Amino acid sequence: MSKTGQSKVPSLSNPMHTDKAPPVVAIKDITFAYDTARLGIESFELAPKETVAVLGPSGSGKTTLMHLLTGLLRPDTGSIQIHGTEITTLSEASIDRIRGQHVGIIFQNLHLIPSISILNNLLLAQRMARVAIDSHHAQHLLAQLGLGELSHRRPGELSQGQAQRAAIARAVVHRPSLIIADEPTSALDDTHAREAITLLKTLTVNNGAALIVVTHDERIRNQLGRQFDLRAMK
Amino acid sequence: MSLVRLAFANLTIQPLSSIVSIFLLALGVGSITVLLLANAQLGDFLKRNAAGIDLVIGAKGSPLQLVLSGIYHADVPPGNIAFKEVERWAAHPMVKSAVPLSMGDSFEGYRIVGTTAQFVDLYDAKPHIGRLWRNPFEAVVGSRVAQETGLKVGDPFSGSHGFTNSTDRHDENPYLIVGQLAPTGSVIDNLIVTSTQSVWMMHRVHDQKQHPTKNQSQSTTSKVCDPLAPNPSPTRSTHRNEPHSHHVEHHHPEEEKDHNQKPDSKHFECIEGSEHSDEAEKEVTLLLITLSSPLGILSLPREVNATAGLQAASPAYELTRLMQIVGIGIDWLNVFAVVLVISAALSIFAALYSSLRARRQDLAVLRCLGASRSELFQLLLTEGFLLTTAGISTGLLTAHGGIALLGYLLLDSQGVMISGWMFAPEEIWLIAGLFATGLLAAALPAWQAYRTDVARTLTTS
Repeated sequence: MSKTGQSKVPSLSNPMHTDKAPPVVAIKDITFAYDTARLGIESFELAPKETVAVLGPSGSGKTTLMHLLTGLLRPDTGSIQIHGTEITTLSEASIDRIRGQHVGIIFQNLHLIPSISILNNLLLAQRMARVAIDSHHAQHLLAQLGLGELSHRRPGELSQGQAQRAAIARAVVHRPSLIIADEPTSALDDTHAREAITLLKTLTVNNGAALIVVTHDERIRNQLGRQFDLRAMK
Repeated sequence: MSLVRLAFANLTIQPLSSIVSIFLLALGVGSITVLLLANAQLGDFLKRNAAGIDLVIGAKGSPLQLVLSGIYHADVPPGNIAFKEVERWAAHPMVKSAVPLSMGDSFEGYRIVGTTAQFVDLYDAKPHIGRLWRNPFEAVVGSRVAQETGLKVGDPFSGSHGFTNSTDRHDENPYLIVGQLAPTGSVIDNLIVTSTQSVWMMHRVHDQKQHPTKNQSQSTTSKVCDPLAPNPSPTRSTHRNEPHSHHVEHHHPEEEKDHNQKPDSKHFECIEGSEHSDEAEKEVTLLLITLSSPLGILSLPREVNATAGLQAASPAYELTRLMQIVGIGIDWLNVFAVVLVISAALSIFAALYSSLRARRQDLAVLRCLGASRSELFQLLLTEGFLLTTAGISTGLLTAHGGIALLGYLLLDSQGVMISGWMFAPEEIWLIAGLFATGLLAAALPAWQAYRTDVARTLTTS
């Protein structure tokens, strides 16, 4: 865990004014009880351009951690900061805004909106993130991922691998500072799994973002900068 | 990528349930709109034709029949009244105007009405070709009569006895068309209008031909006919169904019998051929009365009804009575239409609610993308709004288009003026009410969307 000097809740809009970039994610002493299990993390930080694999078997709280990081769940105790902003005490609307602007999520089941084209899925993500709608950037991104010709197809008209890339594109189209991928490779063969992780890492580094990959896929754990095993947190 | 576009995309990806909802709503809206339009136009039509006429005075009989025949020219008149009554009631202090109508003849099914120029004024009708009548046997035609029969200014034509296409025609003395009235959208469009005098003269000439012997004997003296004597004239047998007097007794054989026994009912025949025809013995069919004071509506009918052989009928009262009878049907149709709208609202609810269940994950993902709860609420409400709008516009367009088409067909075949491009004021309320219903139907699914538990929804995927 890299420890960084913590400024006292720096302004979210201007986090780069400090000499050292604040961590994208800073977790301190959180506990969260869910169903019959309990998740506890003493300390976890993630700097820009850092990549981490969150490991653990089913039921170890991987998805719960992801929901805590995105503000969909609130910890029972402790603090979670995204870009220096404490999200555990924010109003739901503010968390929605921070999640939209700063976080890009890739779901295990991809969850592209089926009624609209993949290009519109990307534009919708921009709209929800409340950033400027930049169709050119979205098109460019899709082209970069080999989906340029397919940008007007609906998700149902894509292959699994194409849909995976479209989901990655949607997660990064609004240039988030934190990308969270939930089991992004579970449905992919070795080649596609490797491709997907390489792509995620490249996009993360290019955007100056941090990457968290929640996985129990042994094939990719070593491809990420750090490993964070939830079993050790119990 | 706005919420509206997303809502639209969500509705079109599974079009069947959207189409069913829209269709159901359109059906309800369309039915109600048709009823509203029919109601408004029927009321309008009745009012336009009532033309400010407060009372119809005519022979005793059914008051509704008197109103229908005198104002709408849709029934046969109950009988005739003496011309002296015209003068008497016209001079009444409560009467502003009394317009006499003499009916009984027609041309190709269009009624010929003998009256005064005041009648034309009642309907604000003006001759847009030619002029009004000045001399006997001059007539003006209503716009529809001109259109349908091809009669035009300068044409002669002969009327027939009765209101249907009878073969008993007054060929001996044709009318001359001197004017054509501009369309008014009222009954006058369907009438041929001439002077009272012309109708009288027509029948005088006609009866002279029919009863030369009688007339010869009568022509030597004036007023030789004993009004009290029963008239066993051969006319009765030869013209049992086409009486000479200008009302249509043939539709009312019983009345004919009564009427024949009335002392003054035959005066018209008696005076024909007489050089000194007595005004007091002439007849008209009925009188259209406009009152000078609204109070007259109470006292005048009583006064008229106390006069032997006369009755006064109020168009407003008779039509209200008629509408009450017909209105029951309209009420039930309204109930039916409301049921349709409720079922449409339920179908919107069902469509949104079932799609919501299938889209729970999508909504959770939208939240992850940064959408707020209220944006999800708005999204579902927008979908409801789009469905409602589509249903309402389809219903309104179909109803108005259908009525316009019907109006076109009816104008062609029946001469009934119906417009599909008018709006009943109630339609505003209908539209507002439907939007409220549609949004209400969408509100519960929207609320469910609002309350989506994202973390749980995503984990249970």
